[in-house]
Amino acid sequence: MATATLASGPDTRADLGVLRFLTCGSVDDGKSTLIGRLLYDSKAILADALQAIERTSRKRGHAEVDLSLLTDGLQAEREQGITIDVAYRYFSTGQRSFIIADAPGHEQYTRNMVTAASTADLALILVDARKGVLTQTRRHLTLAHLVGIRHLVVVVNKMDLVGYDQAVFERIRAEVLAFAGELGAEDLVFLPLSALAGDLVVERGGNLPWYGGPTLVELLESAALEDGREELPFRLSVQWVIRPHQDFRGYAGRVAAGRVKVGDALTVLPSDRRSRVKAIHLGGARLDEAVAGQSVILELEDDLDISRGDLLADAGRPPLPARSLDADLCWLSEAPSRPGGRYLLRHGSRETRAILHGTAHRLDLDSLQREPETRLAMNDIAQLSLTLQQPLSVDPYREIRATGAFILVDETTHATVAAGFIRGAE
Amino acid sequence: MTAAAPTLSHLDWLEAEAIHILREVAGQCANPVLLFSGGKDSLVLLRLAEKAFRPGRFPFPLLHIDTGHNYEEVTAFRDRRAAELGERLIVRSLEDSIRQGRIALKSPMEARNRHQSVTLLDAIAEFGFDACIGGARRDEEKARAKERIFSFRDAFGQWDPKNQRPELWDLYNARIDAGENIRAFPISNWTELDIWQYIEREGLALPSIYFAHEREVAVRKDGALVPVTPLTPAKPGDDVQRLSVRFRTVGDITCTAPVRSTARTVAEILLETATTELTERGATRLDDQTSEASMEQRKKEGYF
Ligand SMILES: Nc1nc2c(ncn2[C@@H]2O[C@H](COP(=O)(O)OP(=O)(O)O)[C@@H](O)[C@H]2O)c(=O)[nH]1
Repeated sequence: MATATLASGPDTRADLGVLRFLTCGSVDDGKSTLIGRLLYDSKAILADALQAIERTSRKRGHAEVDLSLLTDGLQAEREQGITIDVAYRYFSTGQRSFIIADAPGHEQYTRNMVTAASTADLALILVDARKGVLTQTRRHLTLAHLVGIRHLVVVVNKMDLVGYDQAVFERIRAEVLAFAGELGAEDLVFLPLSALAGDLVVERGGNLPWYGGPTLVELLESAALEDGREELPFRLSVQWVIRPHQDFRGYAGRVAAGRVKVGDALTVLPSDRRSRVKAIHLGGARLDEAVAGQSVILELEDDLDISRGDLLADAGRPPLPARSLDADLCWLSEAPSRPGGRYLLRHGSRETRAILHGTAHRLDLDSLQREPETRLAMNDIAQLSLTLQQPLSVDPYREIRATGAFILVDETTHATVAAGFIRGAE
Repeated sequence: MTAAAPTLSHLDWLEAEAIHILREVAGQCANPVLLFSGGKDSLVLLRLAEKAFRPGRFPFPLLHIDTGHNYEEVTAFRDRRAAELGERLIVRSLEDSIRQGRIALKSPMEARNRHQSVTLLDAIAEFGFDACIGGARRDEEKARAKERIFSFRDAFGQWDPKNQRPELWDLYNARIDAGENIRAFPISNWTELDIWQYIEREGLALPSIYFAHEREVAVRKDGALVPVTPLTPAKPGDDVQRLSVRFRTVGDITCTAPVRSTARTVAEILLETATTELTERGATRLDDQTSEASMEQRKKEGYF
């Protein structure tokens, strides 16, 4: 077999970093086939993996290789013929590396999708061209918007089954755009394709000549990444203090937003002491500047008492001090919420206790209306307030994802029970 | 719409994520340990730990679960690397567990990978480790694809794939009760190609058996190569040849097979890796092929 033209080979083109995306669709929209197609066409599926699938396909009586088998994960799920949790897949086009979060749909859907979406830069929302926009499609858009995914791509799949008809595509596009307007979601991209035939996935194919936009892979390769260029204010949660001797005190953490330069004025929260950046270190090298996504060590000009859990922030554009939070919660646990209950809240590298307060306003994903609710059940999304035992420094989730997000942990079972999206603080 | 090249290359991004994970383990866990075998993935982990904690010391010791079936080059390399770093290396061996009757082998030559869990769990109990940092990657095997970065193990060391903690953003939850354990996988999101690219970029030294060398191997009918060693002598009728081979993983001698290769440098290995037709485990782990689900089974039993 010829192996010379593998897409994942060493490459002299620019390295375009890592893009994380998730795929959402109702059952049978072709999600697994599309992922399989991406992996297959990018040659990430190697010979022996394919052979195993071929064998399984034959055993199950399929005539052709079933690409969706590639994304099935665990034994039990294979037995049931469905996937039930978030699984991660990898492929590279040589220019950019991709991490796919695959969150399959059924009862636990909201929870899985929110989990997968939390780390995604881009969402592929699949629509079956024959079925058009379904309740599920609206839910996917709503959740993707709530989690603040930057790039939303609506993929109209199975175009081969509607004769590659442009009118079908345009009708679906108009319908999705109307709904996105209600949501306030902007900048949607639409793409017609056939995951099965491969049209407009990696190759253009000859069946969709009326579509002049990029193929799916071109889209994935060119989507902009968050890397501090957005001019967000600098944020870094201190994870670890490095103090090998008297003359060195380094604060280690990952730049959560913005960028930081030597000489920049910072505030340390919650104490609100000020200092300037003396040096930035990464792996023995000194940097002039660090940007969002980088894990570095900062030295400051003054000897302040800083420990794990503190937040370093742009002194000119500090976060909000919070004694209580107004937030949307996505309930993840099978045990419902306890009204007035106490939970551990993890925000950046800081942990504090939080009490759930007042009436929750549950979001109906279909009507987009809010209804009062006392307890949150798994998969509920609701707005409520939380009182904090210790103050936090936060940003609204819509403005800065990293400092606007938190999780709740049950103090007894230690389960992660909720994901939180901060709206405001008091 | 062409994207401007981002500030972080894909290796920079993977490195930054892994450093963040290592620091979270250090910050959240009272008594973590890093599993270090001398293999390439754990050597990458050590470099990442240097970037996470130097000029300070590692906030954890290194632990090797020695199967007694290791290539000597690898063991020697392991000791040398730990000494260079000046970090504490703990070795606990399967031989001891066998002598103590904690492991019963069906035959002395049987593959020992699956028995590692006994010795590992004993070491966890002996030292009271609450977290083990490992070099497993999600692309290695289907069951791993859905394992969390902070993966919870109950008091029996078992992984319950149906009852994993949701993992959102980069907010990891390492809360456990006494006796329970967290397995943390900082390079979950790396592929084998990423590992080799990183080894090249960082100029990391590796045990010599990763590079092409001449070795006596029995060539099986299906093309698999079985190294001829005192532990795995040639069987009558074996087609024994002297071939240029290298190992893609280094583990138990009895179940780690080399591949034909002439790659003598990391750059040459990179080329071979990029163009290989076989996924890593499919080609080199003889014991995984028995059943598609064998890894998942072993993980449930506490295997790393
Ligand atoms: N004709 C056609 N069939 C497709 C296409 N994509 C997926 N399918 C088929 O639709 C069915 C469901 O696909 P699958 O990928 O398993 O859907 P999932 O449930 O969303 O993962 C399978 O029989 C696929 O072969 C497509 O583009 N065209």
